[in-house]
Amino acid sequence: MQRIGVFVCWCGSNIAATVDVDAVVEAVKNEPGVCHAQNYQYMCSEAGQGLIKNAIKEHNLTGIVVCSCSPRMHEATFRKTAEQAGLNPYMVEIANIREHCSWIHKDKKEATEKAVILARAAIAKVNLNTPLRPGESMVTKRALVIGGGIAGIQSALDIADAGYPVDIVEKSPTIGGKMAQLDKTFPTLDCAACILTPKMVEAAQHPNINIYSYSEVEAVTGFVGNFDVKIKKKARFVDEKKCTGCAVCTAKCPSRKGGNEFNCNLDNRGAIYIPFAQAVPNVACIDSTRCIHFKTGKCGICEKSCSAGAVNFDQKDEIIEQKYGAIVVATGFQISDVTKFDEFQYTKHPDVITSLELERIMNAAGPTKGTLLRMSNKEHPKDIVFIQCVGSRGNTCRDKTYCSKICCMYTAKHAMLIREKYPDVNVHVFYIDVRTPGKNFDEFYRRAVEQYNVDYIKGMVGKVWENEEGRLTVQGVDLLSNRRIMLDTDMVVLAAAIEPSEGVRNIATMLTASIDTNDFLTEAHPKLRPVESPTAGVFLSGVCQGPKDIPETVSQAGAAAVKVVGLLAKDKLVTSPCTANANELMCNGCSTCERVCPYGAIDYIDKEVNDHGKREVRRIARVNSALCHGCGACTVACPSGAMDLQGFSNRQIMAEVDAICK
Amino acid sequence: MQVSENTENKEFKPLIVAFCCNWCSYAGADLAGTSRLSYPAEVKIIRVPCSCRVNPMFILKAFEKGADGVIMCGCHPGDCHYSTGNYYARRRMTLLFSMLDYLGIDRARTRVEWVSAAEGQKFSLVMNDFAKTVTELGENIKLGDLRCKKQQD
Repeated sequence: MQRIGVFVCWCGSNIAATVDVDAVVEAVKNEPGVCHAQNYQYMCSEAGQGLIKNAIKEHNLTGIVVCSCSPRMHEATFRKTAEQAGLNPYMVEIANIREHCSWIHKDKKEATEKAVILARAAIAKVNLNTPLRPGESMVTKRALVIGGGIAGIQSALDIADAGYPVDIVEKSPTIGGKMAQLDKTFPTLDCAACILTPKMVEAAQHPNINIYSYSEVEAVTGFVGNFDVKIKKKARFVDEKKCTGCAVCTAKCPSRKGGNEFNCNLDNRGAIYIPFAQAVPNVACIDSTRCIHFKTGKCGICEKSCSAGAVNFDQKDEIIEQKYGAIVVATGFQISDVTKFDEFQYTKHPDVITSLELERIMNAAGPTKGTLLRMSNKEHPKDIVFIQCVGSRGNTCRDKTYCSKICCMYTAKHAMLIREKYPDVNVHVFYIDVRTPGKNFDEFYRRAVEQYNVDYIKGMVGKVWENEEGRLTVQGVDLLSNRRIMLDTDMVVLAAAIEPSEGVRNIATMLTASIDTNDFLTEAHPKLRPVESPTAGVFLSGVCQGPKDIPETVSQAGAAAVKVVGLLAKDKLVTSPCTANANELMCNGCSTCERVCPYGAIDYIDKEVNDHGKREVRRIARVNSALCHGCGACTVACPSGAMDLQGFSNRQIMAEVDAICK
Repeated sequence: MQVSENTENKEFKPLIVAFCCNWCSYAGADLAGTSRLSYPAEVKIIRVPCSCRVNPMFILKAFEKGADGVIMCGCHPGDCHYSTGNYYARRRMTLLFSMLDYLGIDRARTRVEWVSAAEGQKFSLVMNDFAKTVTELGENIKLGDLRCKKQQD
């Protein structure tokens, strides 16, 4: 028989205001096994924990139930408390009477009754708890960063500086990500390339960093501290070691019809290309879908023109297998599809562009060499209209429900840069709200309005069409004066919503990391563990977790790196003892459990068992507790009921059901 | 056997057991709590590591002990913390539901819902809706233990 202590927390007034804590103590006092019950204002406080420790020693308790907040919050705390008092930490159960009771119910009688039942269920479970011993696993002291944008680069640099080897896997031929495409950055207006490219070079030259560019993660198995990752290094048909980045081949390539992704397809590039001049690694790459050699077997001009002999048409995809202790996801974002917003004529008129396209047009290395031109006739525009929240903050199936966060600021930046460089151009901005929280952000926006006379119009645009003069007419509303507005303009710039990169769903599935309804990766706790995924050993960096600007991305990348370093600094990890276990006498070796196990943790051995005095060798299931994650799939699949899960055993759950239904 | 005190003169309050997976739905329920989104106190949550840990026997056991409704919540298909657990759970529950007809339990008394850790609001809506459905169905007939011959009253 267990000797159980029940500790009811008031959580200040969070619980005590709705649950009669004295009544709960009174009600559970005579439950089977309970030999001590008390309540206290803050159980998680030093004093509260001291109280638990004293009670364990004084009453010689073998198990405790804490009626408090969610086990996701303080289970670990109270387990540690129990351990300090000499009790096995797995003899602790939490009755969640805050999140699941006091916070959602108003009626005190009802809430108290429910709290008593939840406490009884936990007591019934503890009665069947057995002391468990956690296992240990080793930590591979190497980190993987998926994505080589500013988030990935920063995380990798911080981890590498702490002394651990890091691999960056980047799907495109160069690292740099979206930031490399930007012209200037708000609110300081410094040039994006000037602050990013030194970091790219630093990453490439860092002795602890290894960059797999033009590569993708193929498969991830294992668990925290011991991930086995397969990386596919796509064939770029150029020997990375030989190529000097002289770019002779890229200039000579005759296949020039395809769009240049780096410039948002506003101009073309060759089939062999270097994405941009400061690319890292500065190595050419052949796009086999466009290359004449791969289509016809002829051409080969690049091969002939390469003095280093780097072009190799026979190169094959390569699979690299590597072990990692921690993984940082820094997959970033993409511009959402604006072709759905047909009323703005994006697909029909070349003068309707997205903000990222404008960014390339304004950039000195862009398709117009930095001169602001209409894409339709390459003439200087007189008027430009910006439309905010295209695809953000909406509730139709075309829209994202969230705010993309960066658009208000980059539009103010664009407006300001245009007015600065071309004072003759009139700039109008249609907005729903202007959101500028951030250091020096509102001052920046105000400068755009007050100093640069940008015309901000509160209201949305309904329609854009090409008028008889060949210009564009924008029809919108001005909500402040409550009238319809028709503006003739030369260019329309859409502040398109940002969304997680394509393929993040695939990566999340491989990592068993959860994503929300918008495909952003979810954090382990929205406030207290914002850079960790609920999956142990997986960390989040940058926009893959939610929209954010560069300073925020960099801070989060650093935070994720600290968490990785904290993990890699450990020599051994404690593994959860809540793993499956087969009862030797009941197992008949049917292999059903093996087939449902997602981790391959089950194998079979021939073992001599003593079945009521009869000794025989049987084939029975064996669970590798280092691989078992404790999901319990096997326990239900087992036809003979031989499999059980420690910590969530059949008897324990049945006891909880009993206690609740009593 | 205990006789429910509520049935005679007070309005009927059903007894509902909710199995929630630790990673999504239990966290979703926590979020409902943090956001103060109420649902009936009749709903009592049992935490399981994954929806695939829910043995159909647990559900039958709950009905046997007098539950009026049992709901199982897990991560959305494709989002299982253990990759595939909720797929197993989904299939098992489909089989169980067809068996409930045979046992004479209204199928509306059981439900499977996918609630993510971010869907506190959905958790609250689902529980309100399920409690309403079960309340309308009224008190459940207790499943008798077939091994027990003696009639209990």
